Amino acid sequence: MCVVLFMNSTKARAAALAIPAVEKCPTGIAGLDEITLGGLPKGRPTLLCGSAGCGKTLLAMTFLYNGAVNYDEPGVFIAFEERTEELIKNVGSLNYDLQKLIDQKKLALDYVHIDPSQIAEAGDYDLEGLFLRLGFAIDSVGAKRVVLDTIDVLFSGLKNHLILRSELRRLFGWLKDKGVTAIVTGERGDGTLTRHGLEEYVADCVILLDNRIEDQLSTRRLRLVKYRGSAHGTNEYPFIIDHAGIVVMPITSAGLAHDASSERVSSGIADLDAMLEGKGYFKGSCVLISGMPGSGKSTVAAHFANSICASGARCIYFAMEESPQQIIRNMRAVGLDLGKWVDRKLLKFSARRPNLYGLETHLAAMHRDVGDFDSHGVVVDPISALMSAGFAGDVHAMTLRLVDFLKTRGVTTLFTNLGLGSAETSTTQMRISSLMDTWLLLYNRESNGEHNRQLYVLKSRGMAHSNQIREFLLSSEGIKLREAYIGPEGGSTGSARLAQEAKEKSVQRLRQQEISRRSREADRRRLEISTQIAALQAQLEEDEILSRQAIESEDQLAADRLAMASTRQPTPSAKSTAKLSSKGKPRLVQK
Amino acid sequence: MLEEGYSLRLYVAGQTPKSIAAIANLKRICEQHLAGKYRIEIVDLMANPALAQRHQIIAIPTLIRQLPEPVKRIIGDLSNVEKVLVGLDIRPN
Repeated sequence: MCVVLFMNSTKARAAALAIPAVEKCPTGIAGLDEITLGGLPKGRPTLLCGSAGCGKTLLAMTFLYNGAVNYDEPGVFIAFEERTEELIKNVGSLNYDLQKLIDQKKLALDYVHIDPSQIAEAGDYDLEGLFLRLGFAIDSVGAKRVVLDTIDVLFSGLKNHLILRSELRRLFGWLKDKGVTAIVTGERGDGTLTRHGLEEYVADCVILLDNRIEDQLSTRRLRLVKYRGSAHGTNEYPFIIDHAGIVVMPITSAGLAHDASSERVSSGIADLDAMLEGKGYFKGSCVLISGMPGSGKSTVAAHFANSICASGARCIYFAMEESPQQIIRNMRAVGLDLGKWVDRKLLKFSARRPNLYGLETHLAAMHRDVGDFDSHGVVVDPISALMSAGFAGDVHAMTLRLVDFLKTRGVTTLFTNLGLGSAETSTTQMRISSLMDTWLLLYNRESNGEHNRQLYVLKSRGMAHSNQIREFLLSSEGIKLREAYIGPEGGSTGSARLAQEAKEKSVQRLRQQEISRRSREADRRRLEISTQIAALQAQLEEDEILSRQAIESEDQLAADRLAMASTRQPTPSAKSTAKLSSKGKPRLVQK
Repeated sequence: MLEEGYSLRLYVAGQTPKSIAAIANLKRICEQHLAGKYRIEIVDLMANPALAQRHQIIAIPTLIRQLPEPVKRIIGDLSNVEKVLVGLDIRPN
């Protein structure tokens, strides 16, 4: 019994594991497959709704096109609004060659024309004709994917909505039976998802497209309203349609899970690298350069781009205010040849005016560019220009998502930020400084009738950076940072620095003169004293000679006296004579 | 009123009750109102589904008046005789 129970439970568990998840049919649309975790529900219809001009037809056609080209799943497009020739032309703007697919029997187009003025209704009918056409088209190419665009047209063409609704219900059932993955498009209703309540019939997956205008700028957004049997992203995601197709940006899903690399990336400025532990920025970090107009932000950014490219990696330069040609020309003046990196396809300029479209679209376009180019470095010059495309809060949100996205990809990013007041205040306005890992401030300070550039590393997370304010020079060999000049009167720059240095030099010269004068005097005194010593020595020697001579002559005298005495013959009276002579002799000597 | 007479084509899909009713209704109406000056062609789309696309048929049954010009379309099983007569311009609206 126990064994049986055990077996039952394992069976149940196996069955639980084997519960088939909803099979997915990839759309091949970047981003959409991420939000839907794999694609649309396979073999089931999906409702794609939105108001006019929000991209329903193009999205649906992309689904078919990708299916036919990339997934070997032929498709059928039933158009209720556009003639097939028009449709082929219209999607030519996305570089889709439908005619070729039709010739290859990978795609079938059918235009269903309904002219209400031509049709009279007399009695009971059904839409078997539509079913037959659809079935015929599906069979003719072996379709796995079907698009019905836009089914609302039937409601204006046919008066008997009772019949129509029951036929639509039958149609969706029939599509499921056929096992095709279908997209049914529907017009957005007033307060409802679709004008004719199509969501009632298509319950598996509903996607809502939206094209909102804010401040005269339109932003396309996509939302997955429901997806039965599957987890999915629930936010509104911006998407873009342009010559390169449709891209949906699942950017709001970005989180704080990125790796932190300890690799370094040179700033392209040797002196600046020296301020950052001699190695430069962290790879995958975000660098903010803020400063006033003309403080050299773009030049610092260009050095960074140049260094990325010089290391053989790719870099994208998002230019918001200058054309690529202008940037290349200007950077030549500081000795940077960015043009050669463009030629070698290492550097890509993506120049867009900020008010070209809304923030979301900017963000989406940046995402796509970074992804397509697979770049290692990104420059956004300047991020503050986007303020004109949205409010500060929105710019903050956008930057946050951009930063998350770039960090996740390990892209080193450099933002420049134009500040009109003090650099700190205007940056805090956008509240982006806290997102940045390294923040360089560029000053342009006035003193002594001139402006001098200065650079300061306000912060640089995770490294011991210099605390000095360095003078920043734009030379024909690029940016040079002069050694910090800190004199007794504080730091100074420009001509003040030169003057201060000159003053220093003259003071130093005076001091040196004084020192040499003193040493000369010492020499002289040494000479003088040694001369004196020599003179005294000489005198001493003289004295010694004289005293020796005196001693010698005394000795001689004594000897002479003895000799004289010995020459006199001694007599008895000689004693008195001797006494006399001895008395008389000293007198002589004394002479 | 019309010399060339009526050229009518009825599209059906197999032998469904609606198709059978439409054929019967059409024949009766023509006999009553267009005796001797009509020609009916019945097209079964089940047998030739490609024609549905070529002739822009979605509803079944569909009756197309090809002649006289202009082309007129009536959908339904033709049980509403009044509407058929109006639709075919046999009786003024």
